[in-house]
Amino acid sequence: MEVTETWYLLLSALLFALGATGLLIRRNPLVMFMCVELMLNAVNISFVAFSNALDDLSGQTAVFFVLVVAAAEVVVGLSLTVAVLRRRPEATADDIASLRG
Amino acid sequence: MIDVIVFAISALIIIGGAIGVIALPNPVHAALSLIATFFGVAVLFVQQEAHFLALVQVVVYAGAIVVLFLFVIMLLGVDRAQELGVEPLAGQRAAGVAVGAVLLALVVGGLFLSGDPDRGGAVALTGQSGQVVPTVEGEQDVIQLARDLFTRHLLTFEATGILLTVATVGAVVLVRARGAEDLILDEPGTAQH
Repeated sequence: MEVTETWYLLLSALLFALGATGLLIRRNPLVMFMCVELMLNAVNISFVAFSNALDDLSGQTAVFFVLVVAAAEVVVGLSLTVAVLRRRPEATADDIASLRG
Repeated sequence: MIDVIVFAISALIIIGGAIGVIALPNPVHAALSLIATFFGVAVLFVQQEAHFLALVQVVVYAGAIVVLFLFVIMLLGVDRAQELGVEPLAGQRAAGVAVGAVLLALVVGGLFLSGDPDRGGAVALTGQSGQVVPTVEGEQDVIQLARDLFTRHLLTFEATGILLTVATVGAVVLVRARGAEDLILDEPGTAQH
């Protein structure tokens, strides 16, 4: 028995689905962010699996950029969350609807 | 055979961590589960000879990003367990699980039904194995990655530098306390509409 790229892609699909499910069912904005990170990691597994299977480096380069953008996204997202939660410590994702005009 | 064992263990860690993130009521526990998932992914990267990415995965994700999450959780004191029993929107949870299951079925279906069924995996999805940047056998992956980054992707690389600067400035602007009155917490529910 040998580990083929199909195994990695199946694992990646499962992780992505779990992340999406978490994003939909959790209401704490911080945990929702963590679920986005799960989905990004699932995509990274796919990229590296394809890169390895096709002997092509582009997949790894893509993962590198995903990492950088994920870091920027987390910084901005968390500071937005801090700005909201500092005023309303009990806020959930639903309460951000009060931002509407 | 050892490959299969390594894959099985890291897959278990990854999926277990992911379930922990979406099921544990306390955000701190969710963040710690996230570390397990990131380490599992790093092991899979090593297994696929992406050593540099595995290192960056541990340093940036398991290190910086999770620490940032924990900092925010502790700083704001939102480490109380979320009441998972409360479901403000009836049926939201069931609908979320259903959407996740449909998503999984779609991706797995695409994986097995598309392209050439005999070959499976990457070739089945892409339909071909055309290489853009072929890997060089016997050369370290970090050298190859650096060559690709600083030749084909130089402009993108510079753009990510600008992106990170903008993100840093944005974070400072968003979180900075403008005056003493800003630090007084509003009562929940009394926000002006």
